[in-house]
Amino acid sequence: MGRGLGEAAVVDNLGSRLAIEARGLVKRFDGTLAVDGVDLSVPEGAIYGVLGPNGAGKTTTLRMLLGIIEPDSGARRVLGHANPRDIARQIGYLPEERGLYPSMKACEAIAFMGALRGLPLAEGRKRGRALLEANGLPPDRQIRQLSKGMAQQVQLLGTLVHEPRLVILDEPFSGLDALNQGKLERLIRSLAGKGTTVIFSTHVIAHAERLCDSVAIIAAGKVPYAGSVDAARDRIPAQVRLETRNPDGPWRAALPASARHEGAIWSFPLPDSGIEPLLRALIEGDAGILSLSIERAGLHDAFVAIAGAAAAKALEAGEEPAQ
Amino acid sequence: MSSQPKGTLAGGPPMSAERLPLLKAAWVIARRDFSAILFSRAFIFFLLGPLFPLAVGALAGGIGQRVESSTVAPQVGVAMLSGDVDRMLAARSLLAGQLGPAVPEMVVLERLGPDESFDARGVLERREGNLGGVLTGTPAAPVLTATAERQWWTGPIALIAATAERSAPSAYPEVRSETVATSGASDTRARMRTAQAGQVILFLLTMLLAGMVLSNLVEEKANKIIEILAAAIPMDAVFLGKLFAMLGVSLVGIAVWTAAIGGLLGLPGIENLFGGALDLGNLPEPGVGWPLFLSLGVAYFAMAYLLLGAVFLAVGSLASTVREVQTLSMPVTMLQVFLFLFATLAVSDRGGWMEWTAIAFPFSSPFAMLARAAQDEAIWPHALALGWQVLWVALSIRLGAALFRKRVMKSGPQGGKRRRPWQRAAAPVAAGAPRA
Repeated sequence: MGRGLGEAAVVDNLGSRLAIEARGLVKRFDGTLAVDGVDLSVPEGAIYGVLGPNGAGKTTTLRMLLGIIEPDSGARRVLGHANPRDIARQIGYLPEERGLYPSMKACEAIAFMGALRGLPLAEGRKRGRALLEANGLPPDRQIRQLSKGMAQQVQLLGTLVHEPRLVILDEPFSGLDALNQGKLERLIRSLAGKGTTVIFSTHVIAHAERLCDSVAIIAAGKVPYAGSVDAARDRIPAQVRLETRNPDGPWRAALPASARHEGAIWSFPLPDSGIEPLLRALIEGDAGILSLSIERAGLHDAFVAIAGAAAAKALEAGEEPAQ
Repeated sequence: MSSQPKGTLAGGPPMSAERLPLLKAAWVIARRDFSAILFSRAFIFFLLGPLFPLAVGALAGGIGQRVESSTVAPQVGVAMLSGDVDRMLAARSLLAGQLGPAVPEMVVLERLGPDESFDARGVLERREGNLGGVLTGTPAAPVLTATAERQWWTGPIALIAATAERSAPSAYPEVRSETVATSGASDTRARMRTAQAGQVILFLLTMLLAGMVLSNLVEEKANKIIEILAAAIPMDAVFLGKLFAMLGVSLVGIAVWTAAIGGLLGLPGIENLFGGALDLGNLPEPGVGWPLFLSLGVAYFAMAYLLLGAVFLAVGSLASTVREVQTLSMPVTMLQVFLFLFATLAVSDRGGWMEWTAIAFPFSSPFAMLARAAQDEAIWPHALALGWQVLWVALSIRLGAALFRKRVMKSGPQGGKRRRPWQRAAAPVAAGAPRA
């Protein structure tokens, strides 16, 4: 491995304890670079989103953090340990590809997943039954008899049954209906409220925007952005939404070239000079302002801009675009 | 899911922070697999499995016997002067009582008059009846016309002719006969049969189990469970757990069969039903004795299974679909069949290079050593061989697990088009290839 992580790396610049610290993670598969120097710092107790388009390197990054695969170079510390497998009992992991034994009863499946993390089988059964009943799921029904959504919930409960300090969820919302997505969001908040660190990957930005304190955007194997959601949104200029009575006139010269319109409604980035010179020009140019609002950019816009720029940069460098 | 993870999550026994030790993790996997297989339909098939080759063997044997019994033995046609014919037939009857089937059947083709001749060649060319040859001439100068494969009849026919001429003894002393259960010659032969039977049973069981462990792994890959296992425990533990669970299942199967056979033998009158074939007292003692032979049988079975199972698991890790598994396991199966045949052949080469090669090569070693246990009294070579095999089992599991971890935990679809070096150089970051 290249850059190592000393003991000091378990706290960030602000003095927060870090659940995960990764520096320069690199992974190749058959010579193909899947992850190219990923850095991550996840504070303890945070809800952290790993965002990226399909094929960006999210799952590979999470697998390296978990020790399922070893990085070709780089270093990571998870809950203060250089080898994540050494603290496997304190980690809960929900993989992207869900899997349970179809012939197992729901309660047994949870107990088995707990046993894999060191929870005694009898205790796992007791906890599993309680969790299932609390969530309205049948403990004694075989997995093959459950709906896909129910089986997914069973697996999530199995991920949590041993009360991990760190929970890593790979695309946890995929395959869930809107109601269960809401339930999962509440569960994630609840876990974080108890001090559990939750990291999840997604390509649906709305979940991350609602839940996360911080995010890392992964694109083409790199991390072009890692930081708070607010800071990500601030990277994109605010958007001006303008509705005018007059379709044309001298006021049009005040709009930036990138302005787009649908009927009488215009939208464009807030100019660097601010809103006042623009407003003055619109009034003097007889635009007939019906409404004008300044909207802060959403995480979605920031994601598209950051991930898009990273993909474009990769293309320019002769790399293949992300899927 | 409720917004709160309800239930009795708090208040359980405290868990230590470190990971599950290898053997404990293997035990978690083995316990799950063992109970899952034991209560599955596959185990019923496993129990019934040995009945199929037995049934096929019995059926084939029965048909063969029936075909053999319905085939009429080839006969010698006699065409001589009437008096000579009678003397030859009488002599044949006399000798048949002493020599049994070594004396060919005789049928009268023609009683010739003086100066009459007979076209023996013509009769055979017309392919009449079941004639293997034609005897003409006189008892003093018999002429046998027959194909090359029946030329051995000249000996018995000479004896018959001599008896007819009264130049051979016509009275034979009565030999008193005493029957014993065994002898050196019969023991060697019987031990060889025990050795071969042991090898066949070992081979069938091993192949059956290796196939089962492979389908178990394929099921796990298809169910996407493998990543959950890989995230929680070492891959070596997954391998060990799976291998030993199947070994446990097979030992349960063997116990069931033993109990069933024991119960069958305990039934009153069962020996009469099978014509004494089930009398264990008549079975030849293997070289190392029955108790040790059976113990070694279980040990060698375990070694053979663990070796083959480890290879099959490694092969399973390379495949992502059932079809791929079948394709990849075919060469391994063929190799195992070849090694089994080699070990079987080595039984007849005691102390020769073939036996030593079969013993030294880890995958044929259990078969060859089981045969040796049946034929040879020495015990120490078995301790040595088991040590050697354990070494290879450990090595196979390590290699299999390493291969598995390397292959199965790759992100994205398996078995995709591999990039050539020049393609790799042109596209250093292919974020689309591995899924994220």
